[in-house]
Amino acid sequence: MDPDTARPPEPAVLDVLCPMHARLDGQGRIVHAGPMLAKLDGQGRHDARGGHDATDGNAAHDGNAAHDGNAGLTGRLFLEVFELRRPRIDRDFDALMGRDATRLRLRLRQRPGIGLKGVLVPVEGGALVDLSFGIALQDAVRAFALTAADFAATDLAIEMLYLIEAKSVAMEASRKLNLRLQGARLAAEEKAFTDTLTGLGNRRALEPVLTRLIETDSAFAVLNLDLDFFKAVNDTLGHAAGDHVLQLAARIMQDETREGDRVLRLGGDEFVIILQGPVDRARLDEIAARLIARLREPMIWEGRACHVSASIGMALSRDYPPLAAPALIAAMMEDADRALYAAKAAGRGCHVVHDPGAEGRDAVRS
Amino acid sequence: MQGLVNRAVERFVRDTYGRSTWLAIMRELDLGFSEFEAMLTYDPALTPRLLTAVAAALERPEADILEDIGTYLVSHPNVAAVRRLLRFGGDTFEDLLYSLEDLPGRAALAVPDLHLPPMDVADEGGGLFHLSIGSRDSPGHGFGHLAVGLFRAMADDYGALVVLQHTGTHAGAEQVEIEFLSADHAEGRGFSLGVVG
Repeated sequence: MDPDTARPPEPAVLDVLCPMHARLDGQGRIVHAGPMLAKLDGQGRHDARGGHDATDGNAAHDGNAAHDGNAGLTGRLFLEVFELRRPRIDRDFDALMGRDATRLRLRLRQRPGIGLKGVLVPVEGGALVDLSFGIALQDAVRAFALTAADFAATDLAIEMLYLIEAKSVAMEASRKLNLRLQGARLAAEEKAFTDTLTGLGNRRALEPVLTRLIETDSAFAVLNLDLDFFKAVNDTLGHAAGDHVLQLAARIMQDETREGDRVLRLGGDEFVIILQGPVDRARLDEIAARLIARLREPMIWEGRACHVSASIGMALSRDYPPLAAPALIAAMMEDADRALYAAKAAGRGCHVVHDPGAEGRDAVRS
Repeated sequence: MQGLVNRAVERFVRDTYGRSTWLAIMRELDLGFSEFEAMLTYDPALTPRLLTAVAAALERPEADILEDIGTYLVSHPNVAAVRRLLRFGGDTFEDLLYSLEDLPGRAALAVPDLHLPPMDVADEGGGLFHLSIGSRDSPGHGFGHLAVGLFRAMADDYGALVVLQHTGTHAGAEQVEIEFLSADHAEGRGFSLGVVG
């Protein structure tokens, strides 16, 4: 293209084809601004004062703003109104005139948040610039209260705005659905790990709880606890009484343990208590003795006393060499079980701590 | 996306007739749930059953219910998004009518598996437009009745005065006649391209 011979189209034609164009003279002064470009200036100033986003209500007002803005832009230096981001030539307008068409990235100095892109073509007596909003389209539409009529008939901006809004609505619906599904999943999971009778964790909770402790290198103790004489309660007073005893026993176990400890009911009259943190044998003896003492107190069911007791077998994690979680869980549960049977064999109502140094000869305490 | 359609019926019934009416309809259908999820898929055969149940519960013809759903979709604040998305179709009601042929494409852009029946708009001259919805292969499923309510409300939105009438089904296509009396009969509701707030 030869800038000396290229003649610009009539402004009225360009206003329709490229409503966001500007005609510049040889010094880079705006000689004419397309109707949409003019709106940027008018609204920009209005907004700088009012600070409000455009609303449905002020559409009529916009026409006036555009008119004023047109006058506002005309006569001003293009590079005063816009900050050129690329090419980086500061305010040296001549640098643009020596070339063929130049692609531009710019910012409105009044509203630096809104980026624009455009192209400048040198023409007879100056240059033509055509601009459009890039990715800032949504912000620009809001800031300058643009309507569909402002855009060129061929502009895809309206389709883009439609798409953004439609996708946002669909995405929001999906997000809400995901939240509901997530809530339902958590509830189902919690239910799956909970014993409905006592509200304690169930057998499924055992492995995850122990695995987490092992993998975080926490010290802990496992107490396997069986209620003694529970079957007698069930047989003589009925299942409702049995359930009552299980619920009371669960509450006692929770009362006697600290926050952070876990009480699980594996099924029937079998419970597991996981004590978190380092505990020594003396402290374990104390806890077990107190648990048994409290579980021995008669529980009243419909005016009748139910008598149970408890046998406890225990194992301490610090007695084991470092093992992978599954192996350590298996070893500790087996040893705690063996200790439990030793306690039962010793006449029930007592507890046994597994002693790794005295294999099979754990000391019975009561 | 049958969920979106079923959910629209649900929102209409709940917002217009109350939750207990809706729950009674769902009990009657005995589906094992009481609410539809817009973003889930359901058996397409369920929607006609749902409409029949709604019509029976409200003791009104299905065509009337569909028309009311169309009006509800563009005028109730609980579903304001529909009206906004339709307004992107054009700056005037006439533009909107012409944009109808794009509507299935626009809907699919927003939600890929929302399949609307094909639509054809013919300008018969003298302010008379002819809208044809669906085809032999892709039936309208009563969308024509919904369209009557929808565009009557959209005309209000633009401040235009129109008369709409469903004139039956020919060769699988539902026929709607739109008589365009005045473009600026009343003050329409404003619309800005940018979401306010």
